[in-house]
Amino acid sequence: MSARRGIPLPRPTRLSEPHWSGCREGRLRVQRCRECRGYVFIPQPVCTFCTADALEWVDSSGRGTLYSFTTVHRPQRPEFEVPYTVAIVELEEGFHMLTNLVGCPPEQMRVGMPVEVEFRRMSEEISLPMFRPAATPS
Amino acid sequence: MTRSALHEVAIVGAYNTRQAKTLGDVREVDLVLESVRGALARSGGLGLDDVDGLNLRGTVSRLHAREAAHLLGGRPRWTGMALGIEAVLEAAAAIATGQCDTVVIADAQAGQYTDRAATSPWTRPGNEFVACWGLYTAAEFALIARRHMHLYGTRPEALAEVAASIRNHGASNPEAVHYGRHVTPQDVLASRLVAEPFHLLDCAINSEGGAGLVLTRADRARDLDCTPVYLLGGALERQGMAYVTAPVWDRYGLSGRWAAGRAFAQCGLAPSDVDVCELYDPFSFELIRQFEAFGFCAEGEGGDFVMGGRIAVGGALPTVTSGGLLSFSHAGTAQLLQKVIASAQQLRGELPEALTVPGANVVMTSNGGAGALFCDVMLLGRERP
Repeated sequence: MSARRGIPLPRPTRLSEPHWSGCREGRLRVQRCRECRGYVFIPQPVCTFCTADALEWVDSSGRGTLYSFTTVHRPQRPEFEVPYTVAIVELEEGFHMLTNLVGCPPEQMRVGMPVEVEFRRMSEEISLPMFRPAATPS
Repeated sequence: MTRSALHEVAIVGAYNTRQAKTLGDVREVDLVLESVRGALARSGGLGLDDVDGLNLRGTVSRLHAREAAHLLGGRPRWTGMALGIEAVLEAAAAIATGQCDTVVIADAQAGQYTDRAATSPWTRPGNEFVACWGLYTAAEFALIARRHMHLYGTRPEALAEVAASIRNHGASNPEAVHYGRHVTPQDVLASRLVAEPFHLLDCAINSEGGAGLVLTRADRARDLDCTPVYLLGGALERQGMAYVTAPVWDRYGLSGRWAAGRAFAQCGLAPSDVDVCELYDPFSFELIRQFEAFGFCAEGEGGDFVMGGRIAVGGALPTVTSGGLLSFSHAGTAQLLQKVIASAQQLRGELPEALTVPGANVVMTSNGGAGALFCDVMLLGRERP
C-alpha cells in the first residue's frame, strides 16, 4: 500500500469538505440527521432516511466491523500496488463506508472482524480514512 | 389474462455486427448503420422508409438519435435516448401510445479501450469516495459476492460452474468473440485472480461491435415474413448511484426482485413459466444472485441452484445461451441491448442449432446487477398474450 503516488485523490466539494478536513485532523466526520437521528454517508444535501433538511456533522467513533472485502490483484490503474484490499466497513453508528483494509495479512481477513480507522496522509489536503484490525475489541 | 400496453408491440428484427476484441479502423457510425440495416433485413419486409422512430447511439463518437435522424434523411421521426431494456420499454411505450409505428434501436462501440495498463474506462469510477480505494466494477461486484459467500456458504465452485457454463455456450456460437474457447470449472478456478473471489474467467470480456433491434405494432408484425417476439412484461429498478454508494448486500442484494414482480404481474406468469434466462452476466456470481432475487430459488440457495448442468443448454433452465458478456461480447452499452437481442434470437430460432432450446416460449432477460445498484428486467415470448 506504500507506492501510491499518482492514485486518484479526492477533490473535496462544498458538500464533502467537512469530511475531508476532519480526516486531515484525525477525526472521522459523518452527517447525522437531527430529526430521525440517522447517520448519512456519503455526504448528502438532505437526510436520505427522512428527507429532512437537518443534517449536522458529528464525529464517528471510527470503530466498526468488516462487512465485506475483496483483495484486488488487477489494479484499477497501475499506480495502485497490488495486491490491495478494498472493504466495506460497518461503523458502530450503523453506516457503511468503502475503504481499504490495511495492516492485516490476507489469510487473517474475516467478515465480521473488528476494525478501526487509520488515517493515511496522502497530500497536504488529503488524508484517507483506511481501516486496520482493532487493537482492542470495542 | 392480465393486459399491458406492452402486448401491442413486437420485436421483428434483431442483429449483431461482427464482434471482436478490437475491430481495427472501423468507424462507430458504420457499425450503427450496419446494425440498422441488418435488423431491418431480418424483419421480413420492413425497410428504412417504414421507420418512424429512432434510438441510435455510438459511445466514442457520441452519435445520438437526433444526429442519426439527420444522417438518415432528416424526415420527422420520434427519437428515444435510453439504453438496453429501458430503450425497448421507451420505444414500446411510444408505439403503444400511437406516437410512432416502427422503431429501430441500435448501439455500437469501437475504439474506446486503448489504455490496457488500466481497467476499461467505463469500469473506473470518478467519485471522491470511491476512486481513491482502487475500486472498479469487478471489485464492486466482488464485495456483493463475498458477503453472500459469508452469509450462505456459497462456494467458489458454484461461481466457476456459472462461468464455465456460459463460456461454453459462447464457445459454440460462431459469432462470439470467444468462439471455440471451451473452459471447465477447474479452468475458471485456475485462472489468475482479478478481485477475489473473482478469477479472470469469472469476469466479462472487453470487445467492440454493434447491435440493432426493430420493434413495430403487434398487428403489423403478423403481416411480416418473420417470427415476431412479443413483449410480455418489463420494469426498471434503480436504487441509487452506481459506483458511488457502497454495494451493501443487506440493501441491494435482492435488486431486481421488485421489477421482476412487476414484469411477471403484467402477463400473469411466474418464474416456473420461464424457459430460458438471458440474464445480465458481468460476473459469474451475478447469476446466482439473480436466480434468488427473481424467485427461481430461495435466498441463499443460488449456489446450489446453478450446479449439475441446470443452467446449460440441455438443462432445466438454459441461461445466457448466446455466451453473453463472458464470451459473446461486451461492447460498451451495446451489451445492454444485446441481452434483448439474444432473447429474441433464441425465440426466433436464430442462434446456432447447438444453442437453440427446443420449444422455448418464454425468455427472461435483465440489465444491471447489485454491484451497480440497478436491475431492469423484461419478459419476452413467442405467443402474443
